[in-house]
Amino acid sequence: MDLVVLSRLQFGLTNIVHFLFVPLTLGMSAYVAYMHTRYYQTNDETFYKMTRFWGKLFLINIAIGVVSGIVNEFQFGMNWSEFSRYVGDIFGAPLALEALLAFFAESTFIGVWVFGEGKIPEKLRLGAIWLVAIGAMFSALWILLANGWMQHPVGYTINEETGRAQVANFLAVIGNPKGWLFFWHTLTAGFATSSFFIMGISAYHLARRQHVEVFKRSLRMAALVGLITSTLIFFTGHAQGQYVYETQPMKFAAIEAHWETGHPASFSILTIGDLTGKREVWSLRIPYFLSFLACNRFDCEVRGVDDLQKEYQIQYGAGNYIPLIVVTYWSFRIMMTMGLLMILSSLLILLAQRRPMENARWLRWAPWLIALPYIANLCGWVLTEMGRQPWLVQGLLKVEDGISPNMTAGQLLLSLISYSLVYGALVVVMFYLMRRYARAGPDAAMHESVDADVIPAFGASAEE
Amino acid sequence: MEHEVLQIIWFFLIATLWIGFFFLEGFDFGVGMLLPFLGKNDAERRAIINTIGPVWDANEMWLILAVTAMFAVFPNWYATMFSGFYVAMVIIIVGLIIRGISFEYRSKDSRPQWRSLFDWMIAVGSFLNSLLFGIVFTDLLGGVPIDQNLNYTGGPFSWITPYGLIGGVTMLSVFLLHGANFLTLKLDDHMRERARAAAKTLYLFAAVMVVVLAISTYIFTDITVQVGIDPGILPIASVVVLLVAIYFINRKMEGWAFIMTGLNIVLTQVAFFSLMYPRVMVSSMNPAWSLTIYNSSSSAQALTVMSIISLIFIPIVMAYEGWSYYIFRKRIKTEKEHLVY
Repeated sequence: MDLVVLSRLQFGLTNIVHFLFVPLTLGMSAYVAYMHTRYYQTNDETFYKMTRFWGKLFLINIAIGVVSGIVNEFQFGMNWSEFSRYVGDIFGAPLALEALLAFFAESTFIGVWVFGEGKIPEKLRLGAIWLVAIGAMFSALWILLANGWMQHPVGYTINEETGRAQVANFLAVIGNPKGWLFFWHTLTAGFATSSFFIMGISAYHLARRQHVEVFKRSLRMAALVGLITSTLIFFTGHAQGQYVYETQPMKFAAIEAHWETGHPASFSILTIGDLTGKREVWSLRIPYFLSFLACNRFDCEVRGVDDLQKEYQIQYGAGNYIPLIVVTYWSFRIMMTMGLLMILSSLLILLAQRRPMENARWLRWAPWLIALPYIANLCGWVLTEMGRQPWLVQGLLKVEDGISPNMTAGQLLLSLISYSLVYGALVVVMFYLMRRYARAGPDAAMHESVDADVIPAFGASAEE
Repeated sequence: MEHEVLQIIWFFLIATLWIGFFFLEGFDFGVGMLLPFLGKNDAERRAIINTIGPVWDANEMWLILAVTAMFAVFPNWYATMFSGFYVAMVIIIVGLIIRGISFEYRSKDSRPQWRSLFDWMIAVGSFLNSLLFGIVFTDLLGGVPIDQNLNYTGGPFSWITPYGLIGGVTMLSVFLLHGANFLTLKLDDHMRERARAAAKTLYLFAAVMVVVLAISTYIFTDITVQVGIDPGILPIASVVVLLVAIYFINRKMEGWAFIMTGLNIVLTQVAFFSLMYPRVMVSSMNPAWSLTIYNSSSSAQALTVMSIISLIFIPIVMAYEGWSYYIFRKRIKTEKEHLVY
């Protein structure tokens, strides 16, 4: 079996699962910190209930986010030892910084927040939850700076003796625009994901007219933040796209299935390719728009896949430098569609609050909106990482040259199957708990009960 | 600074991070393994978990920091070790995952079967980690097949060696004792006495294993070449502190008993790392092919960057982690109304 394919599959699977939980952690930690702050300021019981309820769901989510991330610190060395040797000099520092500046703060202060109630002054607990939120953002920043370096290597030299990358300018590495653009895009996506999570669950309860005060307030807050951040995602994404055009033209062309260089270039809304996926049969296009996406002008040149392939063969030697276009093309379009639906639905929900909600039909189906950001998040990462192929580090190291030379198919299958089983079970358990606690509502979240008998039967209070 | 000086400093720092992890997570693992045996009902088990509840996650971060710092400053060590011990690492990861998730999810459902399942996953995860980390770290000194290009060339299970197994069981036994001592220090009333009784029973196991490990080091490693018959003060001290631990356990001097098992963990690791120095992974194929701090480190520039970062942030982290220990310093009562779930 192909070890490179299996290794990629394993890395992809573990990180797709990991990233199911990351965006919600990013946004929810700040939401909960804000709710807690409001409670601290006003002593309003509704804010207390909100803090408890959303805090509980946040904790269920972050627990699995933390454990599903551990594997990454190990698997660079385990499966990608040649990559680790090649990039360690540069790539290791952001990872260590992530541990030092983010993980310690998150894990210490979440313990303080959960276990500190009644033991320490409330002001300190409040500080603790804000530090968790800031820690989560730092974590995103450092890991995205590391990933950004793989997409757009800066601040390095190649050591002549070892042939490996070596840090020349660390400030350039942490100032890498690629990583920062990733960060703003991911951060806004995290807030949007959390907003839709809150909107969906709030709508569920409002449709059943239970805990109205808590969920009305939650819904209003989330709809506003959701609209703002969903809109911001487009701007952060657009900026990122233009940087891709400058730094990874092949990825840019692959996202658009843009085979032939266009000057100016038109944007494909929908393209049907032939069975090889290499030639288009029919397409619906907006003239000039791709040029606009690439450089904010309607007349600039956008190089096509075919020209770039020729250029790369001259520059890097024979080989296939074209990513899997069917994946990049469609994941981008699905992501965009989800994004547009998010802006539209959060706007409608925001406007709908001006009218009485008691019998509003939309509350019934609104929980399904939670799926939108999750699909968009998934597509965004698939597009970013698969669009980088065949490179592991853009222009420097190919994926096939990064894997561990002592790897055997047996080892790889062992880890792939073990991780799949464990991650699969994790997702099932998490989904079960999340659904149960979300439906049980704030009263159940009040009882951090001691004994099995005292815990109210979850779900009982949520029966329709 | 000179590259060589930085390499030596970083060997010392990486060793410190691992030792910190073994000291802190050592009692976490011990507590985890003892959980289903010392907790007879739900409140008792919750009390046991709450002794480490607020801190176990931060303790585990010393592992993450040790691993990522290794990646940054000794990429060849990181790459060879993690790809070589592949199967061991898979088991460690699975253990860490099932254990970590169980702390958070075990009380989220009231059914006894649910809670029991997660309690056992905590125990099994802690067990696998104690054993496997012991094997892996003993093997670093005992040697695994590494060729002249710093690549691991053994099979998937070549790391299962007699010396490694002795080291693994030793770490397991010491963590169990360390955990029991920690519980004696943190629990109250009848639970405190139950933990003390466990420590007395577990003591013999740990004492025997520590002595066996010390003796087998003469058989399985090149210690006689490196330092001669006289091993120096460190290994002797590490055996002695464990042997005197029983005195404090019997005298109900709980703090001292905990310090002694902690010291044993620290001194044993210090002895190991100093026997390795300047090597970081011994090659069983040819001593000249061993990984050393010189052939596995990053550039002077990278080491400088990492030094500055660590100098600023490690003290801050230690300060606030210490503070969290301080605010949760009280003994945990088993009465239901005192328990945080």
